[in-house]
Amino acid sequence: MAFVSPHGLSFDIAHMLAGLLVLVSFMMLYQLRLLALLHVLGLHAFVLALSVAWQAHIQGAPHLYITAGMALAFKAILIPWALRRMVFQMGLHREIETVGGIGITMLAGIALVALSLQVMLPVTANADPVAREDIALALSVVLIGLLIMVTRQNAISQVVGFMSLENGINLAATGARGMPLVVEITVAFSILVAFIVVGVFLFRIRERFDTIDISELDRVRGGQM
Amino acid sequence: MPDPVTGILLTPIVAAAILVVLPGYRLGAVLNVIASLAALLFALTLLWHRPGTTPYLLVDDLNIVFVLLNCFVGFTTSSFSASYIGHEIQIGKLSLTNIRFYHAMFQIMLFGMNLALLANNIGLMWVAVELATLTTVMMVGLYRTAEALEAAWKYFILGSVGIALALFGTILVYLAARPVVGEGIDAMIWTNLFHAAPDFDSSLLNIAFVFLLLGYGTKVGLAPLHAWLPDAHAEGPTPISAVLSGLLLNVALYALLRFKVLLAANPNAIAPGPLMIGMGLLSLIFAAFMLYRRRDIKRMFAYSSIEHMGIIVFAFGMAGPLGNFAGLLQMTMHSLTKSGIFFCVGHIAQVKGSQKIADMGGLTASHPVLGWGLVAGMAAIAGLPPFGVFTSEFLVVSSTFVREPVLALILVFGLLVAFGALLLRVTGVAFGPVIGPVGRVHASYIPMFAHFGLVLMAGIWLPPPLVTWFQHVAALLG
Repeated sequence: MAFVSPHGLSFDIAHMLAGLLVLVSFMMLYQLRLLALLHVLGLHAFVLALSVAWQAHIQGAPHLYITAGMALAFKAILIPWALRRMVFQMGLHREIETVGGIGITMLAGIALVALSLQVMLPVTANADPVAREDIALALSVVLIGLLIMVTRQNAISQVVGFMSLENGINLAATGARGMPLVVEITVAFSILVAFIVVGVFLFRIRERFDTIDISELDRVRGGQM
Repeated sequence: MPDPVTGILLTPIVAAAILVVLPGYRLGAVLNVIASLAALLFALTLLWHRPGTTPYLLVDDLNIVFVLLNCFVGFTTSSFSASYIGHEIQIGKLSLTNIRFYHAMFQIMLFGMNLALLANNIGLMWVAVELATLTTVMMVGLYRTAEALEAAWKYFILGSVGIALALFGTILVYLAARPVVGEGIDAMIWTNLFHAAPDFDSSLLNIAFVFLLLGYGTKVGLAPLHAWLPDAHAEGPTPISAVLSGLLLNVALYALLRFKVLLAANPNAIAPGPLMIGMGLLSLIFAAFMLYRRRDIKRMFAYSSIEHMGIIVFAFGMAGPLGNFAGLLQMTMHSLTKSGIFFCVGHIAQVKGSQKIADMGGLTASHPVLGWGLVAGMAAIAGLPPFGVFTSEFLVVSSTFVREPVLALILVFGLLVAFGALLLRVTGVAFGPVIGPVGRVHASYIPMFAHFGLVLMAGIWLPPPLVTWFQHVAALLG
């Protein structure tokens, strides 16, 4: 059997970039240092930007280049840089505390990827193949993003988890051919807004606690639940 | 006279821009009330003059109900907020800068909610819900206490995850619609989607609905996705608790209902009803038991909101003309009653200087108006006659008994458990020995009595035009 995909090279590249995004999501799962995690976040957004740019190319949809540019400028460079500054300025703990071991988290990640392929591939059988693979892989990225948010105690790594989740959604939105521009811009915009909100909160949290560990917040709340 | 839809959407934006720069909280509060009143008047003109459908905005019989309710409670809350905020400034809990920010955010939130209700585009609706969420997150954290920040952070994280899942569901709906409706903006317009829904790929639609139910369901406060709701209600300023319970939950519910109609129009898709019935009952039973362990009065009424959203989602899940009618009525009654209760509770907490139930007691003796107001609110929200909630809960229960007696038993059990909890807590606060400060109240009681009065009227006599309208909408919902 010849090693040629039935859908041609453009499909293979789209597929490869989407798969790469899932791999980078896995890289986030085993980071134990905050700064390293921020670097991986930058890489994640960079791969997303490549993937979106490739979609723009094969769909002949120039407006998607804007989305790709936004992903590159804001999410790959600006936000990781700002979060990094925050870590230095606030003198935060550089180690990430995780719930459960790295091994178990990785296994859970693999299970989530299997789950999303199992769920999405059969139902999208009639959709166009590029969108089909993209949606399945995008769902994996979304679920791994959720996993990061659940297993990390620290507020900054929760933000990182949330941003990787949004990246997954961006991947799905750009994979859906012809999805109106309105949505892409607003997605990018909302991420920016979300970041500002988070930034404000992190600073306020700092004012009060001297720590940015979420479990600390739970302690403060005490028995009010 | 401008177009009503433009009026409803433009008034809050202009008002927010002015409120940000306006010095002095009295002027700001007055402008806040005037802007909310203007939006309400514009919403009322929708009844006579209905603008045409555009690719972005839509007015139909369903969303007029929601928009009117939204603008009405927005207006009454702004008048309650004027007296509430004055007190917060006196005791130094809020600074003048905070207040400018608060008033502007209040208007932007109303804008976001009205836009979500009027949107004819599933993408635009999503953006509007996100906008409303972000503004409420900011307001929940307004007091900047450790608890308020924790509540805002929890709300922000859970709300964002919910909203992200809803966007994923929205993308899947677009994917399902694209082969039938065609590429681009056409495949995101409600009115197009409704007509083409029978031809959509049903399995894609099924998966989409699961994401939408989880996503918007988080915002509705359905168990087990409700964790943000009690904290956000308890730690934010009370006017925000009133609009969160009375309005924002409804907006998310409205989005869910729209998608449910879409799914129901497709013969091969799963029935959305059982999923909604399951989550509704779970929320009801869970919240009913949680009511017993509450020590904070705002937190208690927040759990009561989860309980009521459970009943409402259950009723819409049962569907049919009677189920939908009961759901609509229950939703309207709950919005009016619960925001009225928060108006009352807000003043009580200000007098007592605490939200702890243990710090309050004998209110009917020390503050008769607030005490009896709370008793009336409790009676109304627990579903006692002659209040309107009784009518709607009776309809939900009786229509369920005819079709699914077992589900009706579970429903009645949940209602009784919740009733017991509310009775237990509120009797302690309203009667018995006087506990805590007995200072004078600087309150305006009009918003509270307006709400309770309407609920009482609905329990005794429902105006026939309203009944016809709701019956018509119930038929639309299928």
